[in-house]
Amino acid sequence: MTPLLEARGIDKSFGPVKVLHDVTFSAHAGEVTALVGDNGAGKSTLVKCIGGIHPIDNGELLFDGRPVQVNGPRDAGELGIEIVYQDLALCDNLDIVQNMFLGRERRRGLVLDEDTMEELAEQTLNSLSVRTVKSIRQQVSSLSGGQRQTVAIAKAVLWDSKVVILDEPTAALGVAQTAQVLELVRRLADNGLAVVLISHNMNDVFAVSDRIAALYLGRMAAQVRTADVTHAQVVELITSGRSGDLGLKNGAVA
Amino acid sequence: MSKVKELPGEAVATAVRSPSIGHSARAYTERVRAGDMGALPAVLGLVVLCTAFALARPAFLTGINFANLFTQGAAVTVIAMGLVFVLLIGEIDLSAGFTSGVCAAVLAVTLTNMGLPWYVGVLAAIVAGAVIGTVLGAIVAKVGIPSFVVTLAAFLAFQGLVLVLVNEGTNISINDPVIKAVAQRNLPPALGWALYAVSVLAYAGLQVVRARKRAARGLVADPLSLIAARVGALAVLAGAAVYVLNLERSFNPAFASLKGVPIVVPVILALLVLWTFVLRRTAFGRHVYAVGGNAEAARRAGIAVDRIRVSAFVICSSMAAVGGIIAASRASSVDPNTGGSSVLLYAVGAAVIGGTSLFGGKGRVLDAVLGGAVIAVIDNGMALMQYGASVKYLVTGFVLLLAAGVDALARKRAAAAGLR
Repeated sequence: MTPLLEARGIDKSFGPVKVLHDVTFSAHAGEVTALVGDNGAGKSTLVKCIGGIHPIDNGELLFDGRPVQVNGPRDAGELGIEIVYQDLALCDNLDIVQNMFLGRERRRGLVLDEDTMEELAEQTLNSLSVRTVKSIRQQVSSLSGGQRQTVAIAKAVLWDSKVVILDEPTAALGVAQTAQVLELVRRLADNGLAVVLISHNMNDVFAVSDRIAALYLGRMAAQVRTADVTHAQVVELITSGRSGDLGLKNGAVA
Repeated sequence: MSKVKELPGEAVATAVRSPSIGHSARAYTERVRAGDMGALPAVLGLVVLCTAFALARPAFLTGINFANLFTQGAAVTVIAMGLVFVLLIGEIDLSAGFTSGVCAAVLAVTLTNMGLPWYVGVLAAIVAGAVIGTVLGAIVAKVGIPSFVVTLAAFLAFQGLVLVLVNEGTNISINDPVIKAVAQRNLPPALGWALYAVSVLAYAGLQVVRARKRAARGLVADPLSLIAARVGALAVLAGAAVYVLNLERSFNPAFASLKGVPIVVPVILALLVLWTFVLRRTAFGRHVYAVGGNAEAARRAGIAVDRIRVSAFVICSSMAAVGGIIAASRASSVDPNTGGSSVLLYAVGAAVIGGTSLFGGKGRVLDAVLGGAVIAVIDNGMALMQYGASVKYLVTGFVLLLAAGVDALARKRAAAAGLR
C-alpha cells in the first residue's frame, strides 16, 4: 500500500548545524504513526519541514505517491496536511466556533455566516464524539487543557484534512484528559486519516500507534510496526539509535 | 467539511436548545461571578453618580443640563470609540487627543482660511486622520517600536503641528452653519420621535429574525421573552430620553425655542452601529479580536496581522478626526488647545471604564459610549457642584484607576476561576 505521506532522503541544516540526515518517513491512511526520539533528535524540525514552515535542503516529499512542493503552511493546508502545535495556537478570547474557523471564516457577502459555521463546528465535534464541552459558544479561556487540545484537533480536522500531525498533544495533560485525547487520536485514524503523533511518552505511543518511527541524532533509526517491537527496544532505538538487528547499523528501514 | 465519517454522538446536544429567560439570567450571573463583568461597572457607576448629583444639585436633572451632557461628552466618546480598536489589539494611542486637534485645525483651515464648503473640510479632516493613523500604525507594526513610545512622540509632535496650522496660537473661528449645527443644534421633535421608532423597531426586528433563523436551523436561540425584555428596556430608556429632550428647555421660549434631540446623538448612534457591525459581524472584526487575543495564533491562521494592526490605528485616528470636528463644532473655533489637556485621558478613561481591557482582546464599541457617559456625568456634575478643576481631575483620575482596577481584578478572578 502506498503511504499517504512520504518523505524521502530529507536533509536539513540550520547554518552549520545539520539537523536532519537523509531522513525517510512515511504515514499511512487509517493508521497512527508515532514519531519518537530524544530531545534534539529532529522530530519538530521534520514536522516543520513537512508543514512547510522550514524549506528542505534535499530530498522529496510525496503525497499519495505524487511528488509535491510544500513552500509554506498554505501549501500544506491545501494538500490536507494540518499540524496541531504544542502551544495549540488558540485565541482565549474567542469561542470554540470562532477559533475553529479563524482565518477561514464562512461569510455571506460582507457578513459572517455564524449559523453555518456553528453547524459545521458542531458536526465536526459530533463526528469526533466529543461530549465534554458544555456549549460550542463558550470562550476557549473557560476550557480545560484537554478540552483545548480537543478544540485544536477538531480545528485541524474541519478542513478536509487527510494528514493530522500532533506535536506532544498530551504533554501538559492529566491522566483522565490524556486518555480522552488518546481516544480521540485513535478515532481520527479509525475515521481514515493518517495521524502522526509526536510523543515522549512510551505508554501513549504503545497505547495508540500502529507504527513507530524513531529518530536518533537527526537520522531515522527505524520505522517499525508497533506490534513487532517491545517497549525496551523502542527506548534503545531512541537512546542509542539501534536495538539488536534493528537500527542504524543495518541502515534498513522496515 | 471534513471527510470524517459522521458518528452518532450528541456532543453539544446536551446543551439547552432554547434557554429560558431564567437560564440566561443565571448564565449572566455566572459570567459576572467569574470576573467577566462587561458593562456592569459602568452602568452601576452611572446610576450611582446620577443619583448622587441629582440629590446634591437639582439642576442636574433639568432638561437643559441633560441635553448638555450629550454635547459635552460627544467628542470624547467618539475618540474613545476609535481607541477601542487600538486597545483591542493590545496597543495604545496616546496621540489620539492631539490627532483630533490636528484634524480640527485642518477643518478650520479648509473652511475659514480657504473658504471651501463644509463637506470638503470634513473630508480633509478625516483624510488627515487616516494618514496619521497609517503612519503611526506602520511604525508600530513594521518597524516594531512599542505603540506607547510612537504615540507619545506623536503626542508631542502633534501639539507642534496644531500650532503650525493655527499660525502659532491664533484662534480660527468656524462660521459654517452645517458644521456648527452638529454640536449646537437639535433635531425637530417629530424627527426625534421618528428616529426613535425606526431604531427600536429595527433593533426588535433584527433580534427576532436572527432568533427565528437560528431556531429554524436547530441552533440555540434567544427566547422571545428575553428579546422582549431587551427591546422593552431599550424602548423605555430611549423613549424617556427622547421625551425629556423634546421638552422646551429655553428660559425664554418666546425669544428662542430650544428643544429636540441634539444632532450629535444620532451621529454617535450611527457610529456605534457602524463600528459594532464591523467588530461583531465581519471577518475583519473577528481578526481584530484574534490579534488582541493571541497574535501568534492569528498569524498561523493566515491572518495578515500587520495589516490588522495598521487598520486599527487608521480607524482610531479617523475617529479622532470625527471627534475633532465635533469639538470644533461645539466651540465654533479651533485653537492650539483643541484636543489637548485632558481629552485623550478622558477618552482612554471612557473606553476602560466602559469595560474595554487595557490588555487587549476584550472590549466593545458600546463600552466607549457608556464610559463616555460616565466621564461626561462626572465632568458636568462636578461643575454644577462648583468644585474647581482640582477636584474634577482628582475624581476623574480616581474613577479611571478604579475602572482599570476592576479590569485587572476581573482578570485575576477569571484566572482563579480557571477561565484563563
